[in-house]
Amino acid sequence: MSFINYPLREITCKIVYYGPGLCGKTTNLQYIYAKTNPAARGNMISLATETERTLFFDFLPLGLGEIRGFKTRFHLYTVPGQVFYDASRKLILKGVDGVVFVADSQEDRLDANLESAENLRINLAEQGYDLDKIPYVIQYNKRDLPNIVPTEELSRLINYRKVPEFNAIAPTGVGVFDTLKAVAKQVLAEMKKGG
Amino acid sequence: MNPQMVMHEAEYHRITEVCDRLTREANARVVFLVDKNGQLIASSGSTQDIDTVSLASLTAGNIAATGGLARLIGEKEFSILFHEGERDNLHISIVGQRVILVVLFDARSSLGLVRLRVKKASEELNAIFEHLQRKAELPGGANTLFAEITDEDIDNLFKE
Repeated sequence: MSFINYPLREITCKIVYYGPGLCGKTTNLQYIYAKTNPAARGNMISLATETERTLFFDFLPLGLGEIRGFKTRFHLYTVPGQVFYDASRKLILKGVDGVVFVADSQEDRLDANLESAENLRINLAEQGYDLDKIPYVIQYNKRDLPNIVPTEELSRLINYRKVPEFNAIAPTGVGVFDTLKAVAKQVLAEMKKGG
Repeated sequence: MNPQMVMHEAEYHRITEVCDRLTREANARVVFLVDKNGQLIASSGSTQDIDTVSLASLTAGNIAATGGLARLIGEKEFSILFHEGERDNLHISIVGQRVILVVLFDARSSLGLVRLRVKKASEELNAIFEHLQRKAELPGGANTLFAEITDEDIDNLFKE
């Protein structure tokens, strides 16, 4: 749920990075954090286990500049990808304005991607959202690794809605900002439609 | 699509007034008002040393997680949470099932005083949010800001 604060002249939107365990959701946020001017972002919070697996969520507040005198802020969240954290994933999707699905391009993670995408559909529906309508972008991550599925094949299996899709190598930043911009743009366009 | 929360000048001032008064009357260090999605609505008191954006997000996460716990055991929600520290304490409560009121206080206050003052402030805040809700439901009451924004405005935001 976007929040428009007239007295403070601020618009805030919520974007959630979704995907199977170890696909690189947290790495996306870490790269954005590292490469953004500190004046344009807040602190990054990671609620993770001792082995650095996301336990609840990562959070990164980001300012993107002004539209018509209104500061535009995006709150980026990741969900825990591991299957058994489903209850937490549902909570984080509450009030979401746009979703990034981070797919792991490795062959042996194909089933995990499909399972996670289906899980996203179900969990969004529980919150009253439709995956076929919500602002949505797909990222095919880990394109630098061996044994990866061709992008066309991943696209055919995951991106039936033909939303914007990007190849990525999150640790070096390839595709990371393109993904973020694409989803942010869709969110604002959707708000414009709704307004 | 997603409902938007829109805050207007008049309601914002009323909310800030209630938070300021609560800070004084409860001898609190800081009072925050956060929406359930983790966005800060208003704050009062000595906020300069606190990362208010992170606090808002974590508070909402906390309320969401305890809400999940509540439902697991057949409760609707836990409407009050209290975290006791060595110096500072957090009193977190849900106002009218829609926003979260956070009071940070130390030894200059007490849990009893905070609870008492929170109760009164919650009623006032609830009335203001109900009013905001009704305003949003009026024809043309939803935000008009986005109707004026052009595709070009959005594109300009992403120019290198």
